[in-house]
Amino acid sequence: MTSDLRLSTIIRVALSLILILSERTFAQLPQGWRADLQLDAQSYTPDSAINAPAVREKVLAQGFFNILYSTERLRMGLRYEAYFNPLLGIDPRYEGNGIPYRFVQYLGDRFDVTIGNSYEQFGSGMIFRTYEERSLGVDNSLDGIRLKVRPLGGVQVTALFGKQRAFFGLGPGIIRAADLNVELHQLRWNDELLFTLPFALELGGSIVSKYQPAADPILHLPENVFAYATRLSLTTEQWNVYAEWAYKINDPHQTNNNSFNPGNGFYFSTSFSGEGVGLLLAAKRIDNMDFRSDRGAIGNVLTINFLPPLTKVHTYRLFTLYPYATQPYGEFGVQGELTFSLARGSWLGGPYGTTVTVNYARVQSIDSSKIDQFTYRATWKPGNVLFYQDFNVEIQRTWSRSLKTTLTVVALAYNKDVIEVKTGYGTISPLAFVLESQYKINTSSALRIELSHMHVNGDMGNWAFALLEYTPTSNVYLTVFDEWNYGNPEHEKRYHYPSISVTYVTGGTRVAIGYAKQRAGILCVGGVCRLVPASNGFSLNLSSTL
Amino acid sequence: MQRIVRYFTTIGVVLVSISSANAEDTTSLTHIPLVTLKKLDGTPITTHELLSDRSGPVVLDFWATWCKPCIQELSTLADLYHEWKKLTGVRIVAISIDDARNSKKVAPFIRGRRWEFDVYLDENADLKRALNINEIPHTFVLNRHGQIVYQHKSFAPGDEDLLWEAIKKAAE
Repeated sequence: MTSDLRLSTIIRVALSLILILSERTFAQLPQGWRADLQLDAQSYTPDSAINAPAVREKVLAQGFFNILYSTERLRMGLRYEAYFNPLLGIDPRYEGNGIPYRFVQYLGDRFDVTIGNSYEQFGSGMIFRTYEERSLGVDNSLDGIRLKVRPLGGVQVTALFGKQRAFFGLGPGIIRAADLNVELHQLRWNDELLFTLPFALELGGSIVSKYQPAADPILHLPENVFAYATRLSLTTEQWNVYAEWAYKINDPHQTNNNSFNPGNGFYFSTSFSGEGVGLLLAAKRIDNMDFRSDRGAIGNVLTINFLPPLTKVHTYRLFTLYPYATQPYGEFGVQGELTFSLARGSWLGGPYGTTVTVNYARVQSIDSSKIDQFTYRATWKPGNVLFYQDFNVEIQRTWSRSLKTTLTVVALAYNKDVIEVKTGYGTISPLAFVLESQYKINTSSALRIELSHMHVNGDMGNWAFALLEYTPTSNVYLTVFDEWNYGNPEHEKRYHYPSISVTYVTGGTRVAIGYAKQRAGILCVGGVCRLVPASNGFSLNLSSTL
Repeated sequence: MQRIVRYFTTIGVVLVSISSANAEDTTSLTHIPLVTLKKLDGTPITTHELLSDRSGPVVLDFWATWCKPCIQELSTLADLYHEWKKLTGVRIVAISIDDARNSKKVAPFIRGRRWEFDVYLDENADLKRALNINEIPHTFVLNRHGQIVYQHKSFAPGDEDLLWEAIKKAAE
C-alpha cells in the first residue's frame, strides 16, 4: 500500500464518519442511553533529521467506544478499546482489543454499590486514586466491588477491593481500601442538623492495603503494604484551609530502587477568594510515596496513588518543552498564585477589564542522607538541589467585543538531569513569552494568532513559534503553526516543525485531519506525563459524544 | 506538496458545506445522570440537587483552569451572563474537571476574575465520564425539564451566538 493510498483511505474514512455523525437521527439514542467514541490514527514517515523512527505498520490507529445506560437507580456501561497498533508514545503493551471496562452500579438512598470497574479518589489521591487519562494511555481502574454507605447526613463510608487494570489484563496486586468522610457542618439525624457551624468543616481518613506475593530469594519484601491518610478542610465565605497527611510502610520496588524506607506525604494549602482577588498558597513534601500494585511496574502503569506536581500547568506549545513531573522519591515544593481583575472603565483595566495572574512555584530535593544500600535518613528541611522553579505572569485584556489578547511571560529553572534522568545537562533557565490574540471578524468567523519565543542558554538553544487559526464558520478550524529551533547550537539541527490541520465540529462531534512534523517531547495532562517521540506524518482524530 | 494542498482544499470545501447545512445539532432528550460533585467548600452535592431549580434553562459547561479555550469561552459568557439571565432566567453552571493538582485553585481563579457562575468540582471526572465527554470545553443546554437539548464541544468566538439561540429555544 503506498502512502498516497493510505492517506486517501484515511481521508475517505474521515469524511464518511463526518457525514454519518452529522445526521441528526444518528445522534438520537434511546432514552437513558449515552455513548461516545474516539479514533486516533497517524501515518509515520521516517525522518532521520528529527529522529522520527520508522514504523513497520506505516499507520497506527487506536480508539474506543463507550456506552452507558442509566435509569434512576441503575447504571451500567462498557468500553470497547482497540489498538492496532498503539500510537508511538503509548505503551506498546496496549496492542490488541477487548472490553477492559464494564460495570453495573446500583444507586440507593443510603448506599450505592458498583460491580466491575470503578474510578475512585480518596482525599487528594495521595494514597488512592484510580482514574483514566486516555490521551496519555493511563487507565488504572479498579476491577472489583465498591460500596458507598451514607449512614447519616454528612457521613460517607467508601469501601472497595479488587485488582487494577493493566492494559487488557489485571495487575498482580490485590487492593483493599476504605475511606471515611465526615462533613461536620452537614451532620444530620432524621434530616435535622446536629449542630450549626459558621464554617464548613470536613474531616476524612482513609486506609489502603496492597497484597502481592513475594518470592525474592534475597530481599525480605513485605507482601502486604499498608498506607493511611488523614485530611482536614475548613472553608469560610472567603477562606479555605486544606491539609492532608499520608503514610505508607516500607514498600521496596523497582522504581524506588528497593528502598526499605517508609513513605510519607504532606500537603497544605490556603486560599482567599474575594471579589476580584484570588490568592492560593500551597506547600507539599513527598518522601518515597511511589505506590503501585505491582513491584515491577514502571512509568504510568498500575499506580495506586496520585502525586501531582505543585506547579502550574502550561499548555502553550513551547512551554511544554520543559514540563515538571513529580519526583515521588523525595521533593519539597511551594506554590503561590495571585489572580486579580483590574476594574472595567479604569485607566489600567480598560473599557472591558483586565485580569492578571502571577504564579510562582519552586520544587527542590528533601534533606536526606544515605544510611546503607536500602535505607536513608530524611529530615523535614528542604534539600539543596533545585529541581524546578517557575515564575510566570499572565495578563488577559479584552480590548473590545471583538478583540482579546493574552500576554504570558515565563521564567523557568529546569533541572534536566533530575527531571529527565539524564546526565551532563544541569539546570537550564528558559525565558519565554507568548502573545495570543483572538479577533472575532463577524458572528461566525474568527482569527487567532499566537506568537512565542523561548530564550534558552544551552540545551537546544532558542525556539520561536507562530500559529494562525482561522475559523471561517463556527464549525471549521483551519490551523497552521510552526515551531522553529532557530538557536540550536548545532546549525544543521535548526529544524522547523510545521503543522497544518483542518477541524470540523458539530454538536458533540469533532473531526481533525492534519499533517505535522512533531518534535520529541513530553505530553502532560493534569499531573501525569508521557514521552512523545518525534514523528512525521498525517493524522486523523475523531471524537464524538452521542 | 500540491497534492497535500489539494487534499486540504477539498476537505475544507466539504466541511464548510456540511457545516452550513447542519449548523445546529441536537442530542437525545436525556437527563443528567445522578453523580456526586463537590461545592467549592468541599461539600458533596448531587447533580439532582444541583439541578433541582427548574425555573429556567441551565447551561452546563465543562472546563479546567489549564484549558485555554475553556477560559476564553467562560470569560465571553461572563460578559453576557447578566443580560442572558435577565432575558431567559438561564443559569450557567461551570463544572471544573481540575484534578488534585489544580482543584484548590478553582475558587480563587473564578473569584479573581469576577465570574458569577455557579462552579462545582468534578475532581475525578465522574460526571464527565457519565456524560461521555472526551474533550473540553464541552457545553450542554438543559431545558426546564432538565433534558439535554443542545451540546457543543470546543470554542471559537461566535459559538456564544449559537449557544444563545439554544438557550432561547430551551427557555420557550
